[in-house]
Amino acid sequence: MNTTDINYSKTGKSRPPPANTVGLIGWVRTNLFNGLLNTCLTFISCYLLWLIIPPLLDWAIFNADFTGNVGRECTTDGACWAWLDQRIEQFLYGFYPAGSYWRVNLAILLLFPALAYVLFENLPFSNYGRWYSLAYPFLAAFLLVGGFGLEGITTDKFGGFMLNLVAGLSGIIFSLPIGILLALGRRSKLPAVRLLSVTFIEFIRGVPLITLLFVAIIILQLFLPPNVSVDQLVRVMIMITLFASAYMAEVIRGGLQAIPNGQYEAAQAMGLGYWQSMRLIILPQALKISIPGIVNTFIGLFKDTTLVIIIGLFDILGQARVLQTNPDWMGKVDHETYLLAAIFFFVICFSISRYSINLEKRLDTNRD
Amino acid sequence: MARNGEQTQNTGFKLVNLWTDERYRGLIFQFALVLALFIFIAFIVSNTIQNLKTAGLASGYSFIFDTASFDINQRLIEYSSTSTYGRAIIVGGLNTIVVAVLGIFASTIIGFFAGILRLSNNFLISRLVTVYVEFIRNVPVLLQIIFWWVILLALPKVRQSLSIGDSIFLNNRGVRLPSPIFEDGSLFVLAAFVLGIVLSLFIRRWSLKRQEVTGQTLPIGIISIALIAVLPVLVYIIAGQPIEFQAPLRGKFNLRGGLNITPEFVALWLALSTYTAAFISEIVRSGILSVSSGQKEAARALGLKQNITMRKIVLPQALRVIIPPLTSQYLNLTKNSSLAVAIGYQDIVSIGDTVLNQSGQALEMISIFMAFYLTLSLAMSAFMNWYNEKIKLVER
Repeated sequence: MNTTDINYSKTGKSRPPPANTVGLIGWVRTNLFNGLLNTCLTFISCYLLWLIIPPLLDWAIFNADFTGNVGRECTTDGACWAWLDQRIEQFLYGFYPAGSYWRVNLAILLLFPALAYVLFENLPFSNYGRWYSLAYPFLAAFLLVGGFGLEGITTDKFGGFMLNLVAGLSGIIFSLPIGILLALGRRSKLPAVRLLSVTFIEFIRGVPLITLLFVAIIILQLFLPPNVSVDQLVRVMIMITLFASAYMAEVIRGGLQAIPNGQYEAAQAMGLGYWQSMRLIILPQALKISIPGIVNTFIGLFKDTTLVIIIGLFDILGQARVLQTNPDWMGKVDHETYLLAAIFFFVICFSISRYSINLEKRLDTNRD
Repeated sequence: MARNGEQTQNTGFKLVNLWTDERYRGLIFQFALVLALFIFIAFIVSNTIQNLKTAGLASGYSFIFDTASFDINQRLIEYSSTSTYGRAIIVGGLNTIVVAVLGIFASTIIGFFAGILRLSNNFLISRLVTVYVEFIRNVPVLLQIIFWWVILLALPKVRQSLSIGDSIFLNNRGVRLPSPIFEDGSLFVLAAFVLGIVLSLFIRRWSLKRQEVTGQTLPIGIISIALIAVLPVLVYIIAGQPIEFQAPLRGKFNLRGGLNITPEFVALWLALSTYTAAFISEIVRSGILSVSSGQKEAARALGLKQNITMRKIVLPQALRVIIPPLTSQYLNLTKNSSLAVAIGYQDIVSIGDTVLNQSGQALEMISIFMAFYLTLSLAMSAFMNWYNEKIKLVER
């Protein structure tokens, strides 16, 4: 098999490979300098790195100011990070009362078991766990808004990164059931159902989210009876959910299409009706295949929640702007605040996408 | 279930069949659904009419003939503050299309290069591209648009403009390029350019036919470049240099002449192209990986060089996998261009927002946005479907 096997010397031992094909030198030769084009590319990328990395590090760390109470105290020509100390909480929680930060933290913490019971099958107490997952959205809403003994906090106090999380998570959680129904509707045999689903999905996917948000803040109020008014954040969340559910429907439709026809026929042969066969046979398999797509939809939606700044809600970008226009910090923190927001999003989205790749491998039951 | 079958077989129609027979059940369900939808729509419409009446707002689209008393700094067609709202909206729509088309152009080029480079066996370059793709993909595009904008606004003031060869100026009011001035005879240059494209297309077809018969190839790439680029230049020189480029002049306080491109446009275009390019590079990469390695090995066994293998064997097959998701990226870019409203680039949403605030016609204005984007989306997906159909594998 191996061509080097025939390379015996007289002693019966194989000769060592040439020195310039192994070790560091070998690696550099094969990976960086094999051929004229690659050598050029290597030098170009080294030059680019040299151009970008040292000034960036100088600006962000070595020349940066980390202490001070106002922007004027940042005197070096590097970044000004002094605001982190007093303003990071506003960045994360917006105008949420400082004494109630624990409620946000607890709601986020409780999310993980709720997710785990949805994603994995072999967990302890999984009978109760499913109910817990179903109840989680209400539990989280109770924690965040208050009532029933907890101090009530109006939604206009929601802000910062927490607002992005709330909008993104609620959008994805509520859009999942709607998306499933729309996907089933699009594949339904009933023409009216199919037509309605297709129209809804294609309409929503054809317009930008910002127009739907305009609908949420300007028009939705017109649609309601004169004496009914709905909380602004709730209206925004409704539109985000509708937006996400159209994309969700397409992801799930992909999963449904990947299920071989034999599964549908076998379910029918067992005497299961439409809903039974969907619930017991088709959807569990289809949703499992769709998980990477669902996660991608979530990442996209989570990034899109920054759009709420355009309609005047103070999410993380809104808080960055608040800080930039604050007289104490004006003109000093333009780049720093946006960079920090970018890092927040990057860390969360990147780790979710890595985890989804990992999950995809683990859920792959098709072992051959 | 079995009993149901017997019942329907033995007897005629029974009232219970409405529920137990699948056909009737389907009909009833659809009927109920449509009825519910109608009631819902009627509810919304009546509420809206009532709300509009109490607010004293007029409805209808006649407002687009009213005078828009605001200015637009980037316009492709004649527009002034005495023009109508309708014209302002058209200017905005054209601005959206400009940034979308240029963005699609740039993102395709960057995306294809990045996708191919990420598969390069050069360790350094593939890692660099990976870092670019992963970072850009996981940060909201709105944040990137605003970030580029902030950076462009931090450029020196007009008086200290950075200049490239005293003809291109960079400052916090944007980029100022030399503007072309067309004199008599510039039509000949344009005609030569068009002729070059047409001729090179003909030569391409002819050489493909010749290759099928004789197996000989022509250097089509070089010939096309010569025709498309050199021919107009020759005509330009012969016709006595009819097109002049007027470089902006440094005045005492301002730059005079030239073509000014606003920082908003540059920021939006840069952010949209780099963001979409990151997604396109992933699509290109997975498309290339989907071509079985046997194809590449066969090409090498036939003695084809590496870049020919890529161009003639791998990419055409990968394109079939690439086109459908590429279409949806183009649509995303077009829709994302609506984020221009955050930095004040005057696209359709931004101008429409101004119109909406001035005239108070929210319902009408938002329906115009939606119709505009739906039309764009449908037109683009129709075009890409046609292209996809064209390059599909022709099976015998």
